[in-house]
Amino acid sequence: MITFVKRPQPSKFWTIATPVLAVILTMILGGLLFAAMGKDPVVAIRTIFWDPLFNDQFAAYSRPQLLVKAAPLILIAIGLSLGFKAGIWNIGAEGQYIIGALTGASVGLALYPLDAWWIFPLMVIAGALGGFLWAMIPAILKTRFNTNEILVSLMLVYVAEQILASAALGFLRNPEGNGFPGSRNLSQIPAMSNPELISGTGAHWGVVAAFAAVVAAYVLINKHMLGFQIRLTGESPRAARFAGVKDRLLVVFCLGTAGALAGLAGLFEVTGPAGQISIDFGAGYGFTAIIVAFLGRLHPVGILLAGLLLALTFIGGELAQFMLGLPSAAIQVFQGMLLMILLAMDILVNYRVMIVNKEAA
Amino acid sequence: MDFGGINPVILLASLMVASTPILLAALGEMVTEKSGVLNLGVEGMMITGAVCGFIAAVETGSPTLGFVAAAIGGMALSMLFGLLTQVFLTTQVPAGLALTLMGTGLASLLGQNYVGIKPPSLPDLHVPLLQDIPFIGPVVFQHDAVVYLSLFAVVAVWAFLKYTRAGLVLRAVGENHAAAHALGYKVKLVRFAAIGFGGAMAGLGGAYISLVRVPQWTDGITAGIGWIALAIVVFASWRAGRVLIGAYLFGGITVLQLNLQAAGAKVPVELLSMSPFLATIVVLVVISARRHGGTNAPAMLGRIFHTS
Repeated sequence: MITFVKRPQPSKFWTIATPVLAVILTMILGGLLFAAMGKDPVVAIRTIFWDPLFNDQFAAYSRPQLLVKAAPLILIAIGLSLGFKAGIWNIGAEGQYIIGALTGASVGLALYPLDAWWIFPLMVIAGALGGFLWAMIPAILKTRFNTNEILVSLMLVYVAEQILASAALGFLRNPEGNGFPGSRNLSQIPAMSNPELISGTGAHWGVVAAFAAVVAAYVLINKHMLGFQIRLTGESPRAARFAGVKDRLLVVFCLGTAGALAGLAGLFEVTGPAGQISIDFGAGYGFTAIIVAFLGRLHPVGILLAGLLLALTFIGGELAQFMLGLPSAAIQVFQGMLLMILLAMDILVNYRVMIVNKEAA
Repeated sequence: MDFGGINPVILLASLMVASTPILLAALGEMVTEKSGVLNLGVEGMMITGAVCGFIAAVETGSPTLGFVAAAIGGMALSMLFGLLTQVFLTTQVPAGLALTLMGTGLASLLGQNYVGIKPPSLPDLHVPLLQDIPFIGPVVFQHDAVVYLSLFAVVAVWAFLKYTRAGLVLRAVGENHAAAHALGYKVKLVRFAAIGFGGAMAGLGGAYISLVRVPQWTDGITAGIGWIALAIVVFASWRAGRVLIGAYLFGGITVLQLNLQAAGAKVPVELLSMSPFLATIVVLVVISARRHGGTNAPAMLGRIFHTS
C-alpha cells in the first residue's frame, strides 16, 4: 500500500524537478487532447513550443513577441508571489492591471497635445499608483474589517472591466476617432509611447521593469527582514505573530506591491504593444500570472523562467491557431492543465512516498 | 401598474428566474464548505455545466437531459478538485483557482460550435389554482420545474444537515476531521461526496443560465455568478435559509439593474452593470465587520486532512 509521509522540510530536489516534470506531463496530456481534436499531436506541440523560436519562417516575428508577452506576466506574478508566500490571496491582478492602464493613460491624455520629456515618467507613476490604490481596497477592507480578500479582489476585476468599458466608450474616447470606441493611439504619440528600446528584441520599458522586479524581489525575499517576515507568516502565522510581525502591515505591503506592479504592467502595455484603451484591453494576463507564480514556485528566478514559458504558449498558441486551426481555448485548457498537474505534483515536494506492507503497519 | 416603465409583476417573476442559478450554486458550495472544503472553482464548474447542459439539450432536444448532463459535467470537473485536494493533498485555494481556469477554457473549447443556436425551451409549470391568485400567481406559481426544484433543494439541504445522521457526520467532518476520523468516519469519502454534490449543483446552476435565463451559448456566459455564489455562502453564515435570502437579494439587484438599463434610467449603464459586484463587496464588509472574533465558518474550512 502506498502512503505519504510528511517531510520535515520541503525537498529541494523535487521543488526544482516538479515544474519541469509537470511541463513534460502537460505536453503529453495536451498532445492527447490535441489528438482527440483531430490534430497531429507532435506537430501541434512542435508548433507551440519549437516553431516560435526556431522556425526560419516565423522566428523573426515570434522571438521579439516572447519578451513582449512575458514582461506583463512576470511583473504581475512577482507581485502576486509575495502575497501568496504569506498566505494573502490577491486574485484580482487583472483589475489592478486595467486600472493602472486607465490612470496612466488618463494622465497622459489629459496633457495632450503637450510634448515634454516628463510626460511618460509621470504616466508610469500614475499607472503604478492606480494599481496600488485599486489593490488598497481589498487590503484596507481586510485589515479594518477582516473581509475576505480573495472575493473582494476578484469582484473588483468585474468592476474594473466596467470602468474600462465606460472609458473606451466615453471619457477617454478619441475625439478624432469618427465615433469608434477606443482612446487615441498612445504608442503613436511620442511623449507617451513605450517604444521598442533595442530593435528586433521586443524589449520595451516593461521588459526592463520586469527584470528589475525580479532582482528586487530576490533581494527582498532573501536578504531583507521584510522578506523573512513574509516567508515566516506563510509558514507559521502564529509564530510570526509571536515574533512581532505586524500582519496588517504585511497585508498592505503585499497587496500594494502586487497592485503597483500590475498597474505598471498595464501602463506599459497600453502605451506600447496594445497602443490604446479599448474595450477588450484586459487580455487575461492577471489570471495567467497566477499560473506563472505557481509554476515559478513563487521564486523570482523561477517566475522569470515560467513567465517566458507561458508567453511561449501564448505565441505558439496563436501560431497553432493560424497554421493548424487549433482553437485558442485549447491553449487555455492547456495552461489550466499545467497548473493542475503542477499542484498535484506538489505532494512529492512536501511528502515522502512510501510503500508499506499493510499487515506490518 | 407601472413604475417608471418597470412592471412589478414581471420584475418579481424575473427575479426568481435570475436568482435560481445563484441559489443552486451557492447551496452546493455551502454543503461542500460544511464538510470543511473550500472549493473556489464554482465559476469553472458552473460554466462547464452550462456548456454540457447546452450541448446535451441541443443534441437530444430535451432540456431535462440537458440538466442531467450539466449536473454530471459539473460533478466530473469537481472530482478533479477532489482528486487534487483529497488524494494529492494540494492546498485548496490554488486548486480551486486552477479548476476555474481549466473549466473556463474547457467550456469555451466545447462550446465553440454551438454559438448562436437556440436551445429547446423548458416548459413553465402552471400550478393549478394557485397560479390564478392575482399578483402572487404570475410572480410565484408560473415558473419552470427547476425554479421549484431549487426551492425544494433549500429545504432538503436544511433538513439533511439538521436532522439526518449523514448530515451530522458531514458537519462533524467539517468541524473536526481528526475527531471524526477517530470515530471511524471516512473523512475523505465524505468530502468527496460533498465536493461532488457542490459540483453537480453548480452544473445545474450553470445550465439554468445557458438553457433558461439567457438562453444561448456565449463564451464566459456565467460572468462572475459563481464568484457571487461563493460570497453568498459567507453572507449566509453557512445556513441554507439565509442562502435563499442572499441569492434572491442578488437576483433582485441583477434584475433591477437590467430593468433600469432597459427603461433608459439616467444612470450610466456601466455603473448599473457593476452594481451586483459592488453590492457583494458591501455585503461582505458588513458581514465581516459585524462579527467580532467568532464566525460560523466550519472550523476545518480549507485545512488539509492527512493521516500517516
